[in-house]
Amino acid sequence: MFSLFILVPLILLFVLNLPVNFISRAAVGLAGVFLLIQVLLALLHTLLPWVTYPDILGAFFAFNLYVDNLTLVMLLTIGIVAFVSLMVAAGTIAQERQKFYFVNLLLICVIGMNTIVLVRDIFSLYIFIEITSVTSFILIALQKNKSAIEGTFKYLILSAIATVFMLTALAFFMLACGDLSFAAIHSAFFNPGASFALKLATSLFLCGLFIKSGVAPFHGWLPDAYSAAPSCVSVLLAGIVTKVAGVYVLLRLFGSVFVLNPSLQNILLLVGAFSIVLAALAALTQDDFKRLLAYSSISQVGYIILALGCGTPLAFAGAVFHFFNHAIFKSLLFVNSAVLEKQFGSTDMNKLAGLGAKAPVTGFTSLIGMLSTAGIPPLSGFWSKLIIIIALFSAGRFVYAGIALLASVLTLAYFLAFQRRVFFGKTDSALEHVGKISFGLRFSEVSLAIITAVAGLIFVFAHNNWVLPLRGIFW
Amino acid sequence: MTVRLIRSIVGLALTSAILAVIMYRLNSPLAAVFELSVCSGLISVIFVTTVSFTQRISNEKLAIRRKERLLRFWYLPIILIAAGVLLSQHLLVPHFSWPVLEPAKELDVRNVLWNARHLDLIGQVVMLLAGALGVVVLFKEPKK
Repeated sequence: MFSLFILVPLILLFVLNLPVNFISRAAVGLAGVFLLIQVLLALLHTLLPWVTYPDILGAFFAFNLYVDNLTLVMLLTIGIVAFVSLMVAAGTIAQERQKFYFVNLLLICVIGMNTIVLVRDIFSLYIFIEITSVTSFILIALQKNKSAIEGTFKYLILSAIATVFMLTALAFFMLACGDLSFAAIHSAFFNPGASFALKLATSLFLCGLFIKSGVAPFHGWLPDAYSAAPSCVSVLLAGIVTKVAGVYVLLRLFGSVFVLNPSLQNILLLVGAFSIVLAALAALTQDDFKRLLAYSSISQVGYIILALGCGTPLAFAGAVFHFFNHAIFKSLLFVNSAVLEKQFGSTDMNKLAGLGAKAPVTGFTSLIGMLSTAGIPPLSGFWSKLIIIIALFSAGRFVYAGIALLASVLTLAYFLAFQRRVFFGKTDSALEHVGKISFGLRFSEVSLAIITAVAGLIFVFAHNNWVLPLRGIFW
Repeated sequence: MTVRLIRSIVGLALTSAILAVIMYRLNSPLAAVFELSVCSGLISVIFVTTVSFTQRISNEKLAIRRKERLLRFWYLPIILIAAGVLLSQHLLVPHFSWPVLEPAKELDVRNVLWNARHLDLIGQVVMLLAGALGVVVLFKEPKK
């Protein structure tokens, strides 16, 4: 059944590009239906794990896919964020042709991300990482303005460097293991003769993944790409693309394929802590809302890397839960920025003031997103950060636990500053005219805020059934 | 500038062709065919197409760049020669033993490519679609 997550969007892509008018006009709707079905199937498989589905295409295609709890969380997250991105595109892209191109690129990106989370072979993983990267380049430059092309170019150059690292690593893995499947690589770590080759390959692949994830100090491309891209693309990139192509791959490989040695753990801990602090301090100085959110993304990904470096099953479960939470609340905040841009024509916080009365829904939902990011109970971000900090304390990593705790104060500081500047105070006369926004944008804001709040409120009841079982994936 | 770019592309195509010969001599005919057709052929065509979009620079700028170019990269030949000497004397290569692997004699690469790696084939198709869409999205002029 899971091969359908790859083949259905591919077939849809061909269907949408048939020379039939009404099909291209229905592109947004058709893509939306597929993404909703993906969300429902992922939820259904989580809630009813004993139900088996026939592998309809298994006789025709040798895909060798594998599904576990981590894959289901990823498929659910991909579906939700891609659907929200589609809603934002429908509400913000005026030209029909551009909207059509966005839908096509989104489908290719979803094919790439779905396959990344389903494969068990590092070469196929690499191919589909590159597919998501190529579609990201095109999406960022969709509106072809100067800043977007500059952002794309920076991302392209750094991504090419990451590609070189990853390809070289693949060559060393092939040399050391004779096979590129996850199982073969994992068993090679226990072969004493291949230790140097495997260490080299692991280090090179890690560098490539750090660049793809946008963690400090490899984050040079990220703020420009996120802020210059169209709003719908920012939602997609920040919410899921960089998370799947970089962070998920780190979680999968370091959780169940590579064997964590103390030096790798220290590297992950240092990079994680550095990302958290540097990005939080940089976010404090930003005037553009989208750039502030970009730096906030880097900081939050640092928590996931920190948890991975901790190297315990509880930390891994916390990392995956924080991955999901971050995808949801960061997408919510980028949707808020899309609404502000649509209604008031700017995301420059120097130009926005006193919007609380003019945009009450945006103000309230952005507050939920921000409080969750800062780790304020009872929202979802509080619980995932708490699990990570407890895991760090339990593993004896007191300094890193302290950094994670104190950085939450920084997060709260820059987000409260944003709230005060944008939603409080006197409204500028230039902002008297409020633009209309579509139902899709409003629906996206409200539904993501509800998911953020509900995930936090039901955590106490759900952590035994849904969060803690993720520990079993950790090797 | 355009003429020099074309010369660089021809140089790249020649390098790929030589690499294809080396691969053939190392008993990898299929890898040699891919190298020749894709790297030497297709990629050169793509580069030439891209260069055709470039604009000529003025003769004054061209003269300044000609003078600066060689001076800016004077150290590269020295580094290359030094690295070649050190590598040939095994001074740069660390001493370690690779694990000895048996070659997969039973599996033909055509069998692997068409029967065992369907997902990679889907990946190639999707990548081509992404590339084609990228060219249309980024380079097609909107209708006025």
